[in-house]
Amino acid sequence: MLVAVESILARHGYRRSDLIAMLQEIQESYHYLPEEALNYLATALGVSPATVFGVATFYAQFSLDPKGKYLVRVCDGTACHVKGSQRIYDRLVKKLKLREGRVTTSDGLFTLETVACLGACGIAPVMVINDTVHPQMTPEAAETIVETLMKREAEPETEPAAVGEGNA
Amino acid sequence: MIATVTELKQAQREYAACLERERTRILVCAGTGCIANGAMRIYEELTRLAAETGSLVDIDLLLEDEAREGSAVVKTGCRGFCAAGPLVHVEPAGVLYTHVKAEDAGEILQAALRGEVVERLVYRDPASGEPYPRPEAAPFYRRQTRQVLERCGAIDPERIEEYIAQGGYQALARVLREMTPEQVCQEVLASGLRGRGGAGFPTGKKWEFARVQQSDVKYVVCNGDEGDPGAFMNRSLMEGDPHRVLEGMIIAGYAIGASQGVFYVRAEYPLAVRRIRTAIAQAEEKGLLGDNILGSGFSFRASVKEGAGAFVCGEETALLASAEGERGMPRPKPPFPAVAGLYGRPTIINNVETLGNVAAIINNGAQWFRNLGTEKSAGTKTFALTGKVRNTGLVEVPMGCTLREMVFDIGGGIPGGKRLKAVQIGGPSGGCLPEEMLDLPLDYDTLQAKGAMVGSGGLVVIDEDNCIVEVARFFMQFIQNESCGKCVACREGTKQMLALLQKIVDGKATMEDLDLLEEVALVVRDASLCGLGKTAANPVLSTLRYFREEYLAHIQGRTCPAGVCAAFRHYAIDPEKCKGCGRCARACPAGAITGEVKKPYVIDQSKCAHCGACVDTCRFGAVEER
Amino acid sequence: MAGYVTIDGIKVPIEGQRNLLEMVRQAGVDLPTFCYHSELSVYGACRMCVVEDARGQVISSCSTPPADGMAIRTNTPRLMHIRRMMLELYLANHCRDCTTCAKNGNCKLQELCARFGVDRVRFPAREATEPLDLSTPGIVRDNNKCILCGDCVRVCSEVQGIGAIGFAYRGSRARVTPAYNRSLGEVDCVTCGQCLAVCPTGALTVRPEVDRVWAALRNPNKRVVVQTAPAVRVAIGEAFGLEPGAISTGQMVGALRRLGFARVFDTSFAADLTTIEETHEFIERLQKGERLPQFTSCCPAWVKMAEQYYPEKLGQLSTCRSPQQMFGSVLKRFYARQEGIDPADLFVVSVMPCTAKKFEAQRPEFADGDVRDVDAVLTTQELARMIQSAGIIFSEVEEDSYDTPFGLATGAGVIYGASGGVATAVAREANWLLTGRRVTDLTLEPAPGQPGVMEAELEIGGRTVRVAVVSGLGNTRRLLADMDEGKVAYDIVEVMACPGGCAGGGGQPLPNETAQRKARARGLRAADKRQQIRFAQDNVLVKELYGQWLGEPNSHAAHQALHTGYGHRRRIAVEGEHTHGAPSLQVKVCVGTSCYLRGARDVLRRLSEEIEKQGLEATVDLAGAFCLERCDRGPNVVINGQEFNRVREDDVPHILRQALAAAPRQHAPASAVEGEGARGRVVECQ
Repeated sequence: MLVAVESILARHGYRRSDLIAMLQEIQESYHYLPEEALNYLATALGVSPATVFGVATFYAQFSLDPKGKYLVRVCDGTACHVKGSQRIYDRLVKKLKLREGRVTTSDGLFTLETVACLGACGIAPVMVINDTVHPQMTPEAAETIVETLMKREAEPETEPAAVGEGNA
Repeated sequence: MIATVTELKQAQREYAACLERERTRILVCAGTGCIANGAMRIYEELTRLAAETGSLVDIDLLLEDEAREGSAVVKTGCRGFCAAGPLVHVEPAGVLYTHVKAEDAGEILQAALRGEVVERLVYRDPASGEPYPRPEAAPFYRRQTRQVLERCGAIDPERIEEYIAQGGYQALARVLREMTPEQVCQEVLASGLRGRGGAGFPTGKKWEFARVQQSDVKYVVCNGDEGDPGAFMNRSLMEGDPHRVLEGMIIAGYAIGASQGVFYVRAEYPLAVRRIRTAIAQAEEKGLLGDNILGSGFSFRASVKEGAGAFVCGEETALLASAEGERGMPRPKPPFPAVAGLYGRPTIINNVETLGNVAAIINNGAQWFRNLGTEKSAGTKTFALTGKVRNTGLVEVPMGCTLREMVFDIGGGIPGGKRLKAVQIGGPSGGCLPEEMLDLPLDYDTLQAKGAMVGSGGLVVIDEDNCIVEVARFFMQFIQNESCGKCVACREGTKQMLALLQKIVDGKATMEDLDLLEEVALVVRDASLCGLGKTAANPVLSTLRYFREEYLAHIQGRTCPAGVCAAFRHYAIDPEKCKGCGRCARACPAGAITGEVKKPYVIDQSKCAHCGACVDTCRFGAVEER
Repeated sequence: MAGYVTIDGIKVPIEGQRNLLEMVRQAGVDLPTFCYHSELSVYGACRMCVVEDARGQVISSCSTPPADGMAIRTNTPRLMHIRRMMLELYLANHCRDCTTCAKNGNCKLQELCARFGVDRVRFPAREATEPLDLSTPGIVRDNNKCILCGDCVRVCSEVQGIGAIGFAYRGSRARVTPAYNRSLGEVDCVTCGQCLAVCPTGALTVRPEVDRVWAALRNPNKRVVVQTAPAVRVAIGEAFGLEPGAISTGQMVGALRRLGFARVFDTSFAADLTTIEETHEFIERLQKGERLPQFTSCCPAWVKMAEQYYPEKLGQLSTCRSPQQMFGSVLKRFYARQEGIDPADLFVVSVMPCTAKKFEAQRPEFADGDVRDVDAVLTTQELARMIQSAGIIFSEVEEDSYDTPFGLATGAGVIYGASGGVATAVAREANWLLTGRRVTDLTLEPAPGQPGVMEAELEIGGRTVRVAVVSGLGNTRRLLADMDEGKVAYDIVEVMACPGGCAGGGGQPLPNETAQRKARARGLRAADKRQQIRFAQDNVLVKELYGQWLGEPNSHAAHQALHTGYGHRRRIAVEGEHTHGAPSLQVKVCVGTSCYLRGARDVLRRLSEEIEKQGLEATVDLAGAFCLERCDRGPNVVINGQEFNRVREDDVPHILRQALAAAPRQHAPASAVEGEGARGRVVECQ
């Protein structure tokens, strides 16, 4: 992993001002920010680990806990909210059996989050799974989509196809 | 490679001539919303079918083969009409089709080639149901002045040739050849352009401040961190006409003496990020970015930095901190960024729409811009019209357009025959205006005087079925989540305001709580370090100003007039209808329902948690909600 | 720039003040602030120093530079209201148990609430109760009392160049914490205590050992002796109304005796010892031309920093122990024997200006079994508390003098407390040893281009010796970087972690600002000048010590008792790391067809995940094997020759755990040189 982080650093010229972009690239590869990577960044950039930790915890996009294979984000911006995004979220919590504030399922497949406004208000309520935008969601529709993914994962030796329609 | 102004003009003629040879042009909206609804399959299907006819062309093909003519299928940027998507627009007929499916592709293509119209897919006004094949005639579009958005939906944003064909980069050419930096600043100042991100500061003035700073390194930063929930104006512009913004940035760079520009775009807009990166790459390829642009000796380079999910980074000093790789915490002003900004250098930070206006001002002159809008708020403004209104979408009107026009003429009024309660303007930092204010002109100063603000342009329509206190609570929750935590006024003040609003919504508040809420709001407004904190109290202050009775209803009247707040929902079992099956008692999480089998059950109001589970479980409709 | 700013109607001339806050103080108004500190970058977050400008805008005065023609008001009703509301909001998220707080009576939040008449908090009390961070011997971190002013963050990062502690998370979840929410002891904190010198509340305080000292004093089986550092005598009086820098040695000794200490000794005596040992060491290195430049080693925070960041320079650190530890060693080895006491029954207390000394006293190499050389370290603050709780009225204490044989100190020993003192003492000694000349003064000048560094050149015995003196760890890091790049060169460098030297240590009374530090240092230099004897070699009692027990300076006996070694330290504890030697495992997973079909891939994946999760990549060798010829019993896994059959994914953690426990241990890589300072064993540095 450190080899990968090293190449990211090199590509950005070891510039401290590119720290956020570097963190984004690490997160894209590993789906979260491993502590080891953050320590390595700190050493390479000449800043303290506490500083890197401070940047990593400030932004909503970053996670220091491993995220699931499928990152399910329910938009809770104004337009989506007034169209019932909360009920969609609650339904998914039930479906994924997430209890006590956990956000990732124990099999590591799904992480459920809310996100504040994706700017797709015309198709509210919106749910995004990884890079796929699902428009005009209802609790039932959201549940069905997640269920399809769960079924797909339960079958071995099948490569999951593109998640839903379209591509963003 | 376009090395001189003459070559630019030549290129424009060449590309325009190419586009003329597109006998038919089918434009498929490929903004985020339409893509989510399947626009790409429509595009692929249309392309495939058109290729089968043998007449499919695109601009690359036309450039190579000067004799060719044919039909083009183009994917465009966001038209801002996402609720009606996927959208397909056919030129030269000017027909707009809505809710298109991939299966419709064949029919659309055939009709386009024959110069006919597919009636069933034509745009219909949601209020009247009337069809408007040519959308400009529809109420939604009639009252708009789509100037900044003129090309969104009309060109392929990933082809610089289309932008140049329509006269793109001519403003830059003019600036580089005929104007001094000082003159550019003057022209922009004379136009009356004010910052479109919300603050409304005169753009020309900001540029002039930076221009006169002595420094060998200066920066232009484009603020694409549109974080207001419910706002997508900047997204549409970046997705639909990225070169327009880029041209504005290069002109700004020339005006202040900067050779570097940074686009700071939220990570939640991946398509916008891609389109901007593509635009930069294409401009570099053509020599419109880089060294010695158009032979002028002026050099400029642009890059993109992505945000990482922090609303506060829309505040300019927080944005700078984030661009420098730090926590996005604002810095006290002074010093102002124009004096010491990115890496301590003179920097101007302009909103996407602000930069989007620059080229047109240069091309058409300051007076042209002044002729639009009002005396103190010149030009047009884009708004995202959402909420309880028939026509939701992206709207561009001259400043000074009234709220009534927005909501009823353009917006098509409120569906379901409901009464308008308020219009929320300017995102979470904005304010709510009541029905009495509908004839207010939308401009910077008028709104500010009334306790609201134009902000970035989000406009949410709220009707009688929304609880205004809950709306205030919702926005305060957003602000609390996004507060950076640096200064105590915002960090602790918004937390306490949220707690008090929650108390009111839960039916546990007293009049003292209301007074305390107002007191804290005023102090947070005065004492906060940055714009987010200073405007954090707006949801509270504006709703208290105009909707005080609704607060009082919650506190003294012990009721929620809109029937929204769960704490005030009263549940009772109708003994006539109750069959005594006990299902509701088992569903009740608070153990508030008692009774005997086959006898009517009773809800103990003192234990009731107001969750409504009993209503959901009763099969006989015996539980009434009041 | 010239001009005036009108403050509350009074015209104040602009004369280089950096911000309005500095000007307001000159208009006779004291504006409150939590986060402003003249030595740190401007933060502007506490909102207490707000003023109103001519347009009625509320601005923070600490962040606004003055401009000619500005007019501000400091005390409008709106500003008053803002200040009170800010305090109420602070209190809403603060532990309000002032009566049991270490900063009771000395807390800025208390002070300002009283000053502004905050008599009620209309918000609900703070919900969360975070546990205390007691992971370092010197510092207590209590996040329930943090007001997020950021002073500790900025001091640790900007002044000390470490950044062990920083802001994390956002909004009302924002907190000040070491990386990954670890405790201070798990990260690169060097316990210098500068953070607690600037903390306005009780969030960062000294970790007290007072109770242990009381217990020892009351224990009839223990002989309790105390040594006091030089920097204490010019600061202890501050707790009793004296000015910083006032020398109250006599009263301090008298008070200590009344507290019940059997003997009261002067650490400056040991400082003379240090001077002699270190100078001999330095001269030898100079003559051999090796292990130069020499770095002083009496500052434990600096030593920990070197062990963490500059392991390649450890060979250049002086092997001398600090005066505190030399003293402890001498007391436990020789004094105990002389007095006929079992070292376990001799309880040695040192009074220090320093929190890092608490860490130093607990270093394993400074103990013989579980008998430590220094049993307890009290800071100046703690001593003041002890005197107060005993009811002793400091001003009425009869002055007394230190006990022999360890109470005689020269001026050279006393100036250890100020930055430049050690270098001065060593220079005096070196001069005398090499040339026989008595030169008292070392003329230190600010080093050009080196903030916080003073330098001097000595002509000794025909050669030029270049001396550098640096205080503040941020300055130290810059100096080391420049030395590595060859921009500057020195032969001996004195390093003190605290700006201004020990006079500004983390354990000194508050306020502990530049003004107080300078005054204390002045007091120390005055004390040096007042001494009759100013050269360490003239300390007859030190000579006696050598004669009786140590022989010659740098002798074998001297090395055993008075020198030490250093080791490498990781900067941050990593999860799951083995600290006592890593096992070595060879794991082979069969991925032949049969095992593959039975699920070997999942077993392999899970093993890889577990290894990564526990950070075992360096010690576990995981590989796939193509057919172990146990196809009927697959999936098969072989670990260090032991075979596991029918392995399922869920078995993996259990199997791995077993194998790790049973595996042979390797030697830990690049780990501590056992600093063998324990009694009876030879001390060598690598």
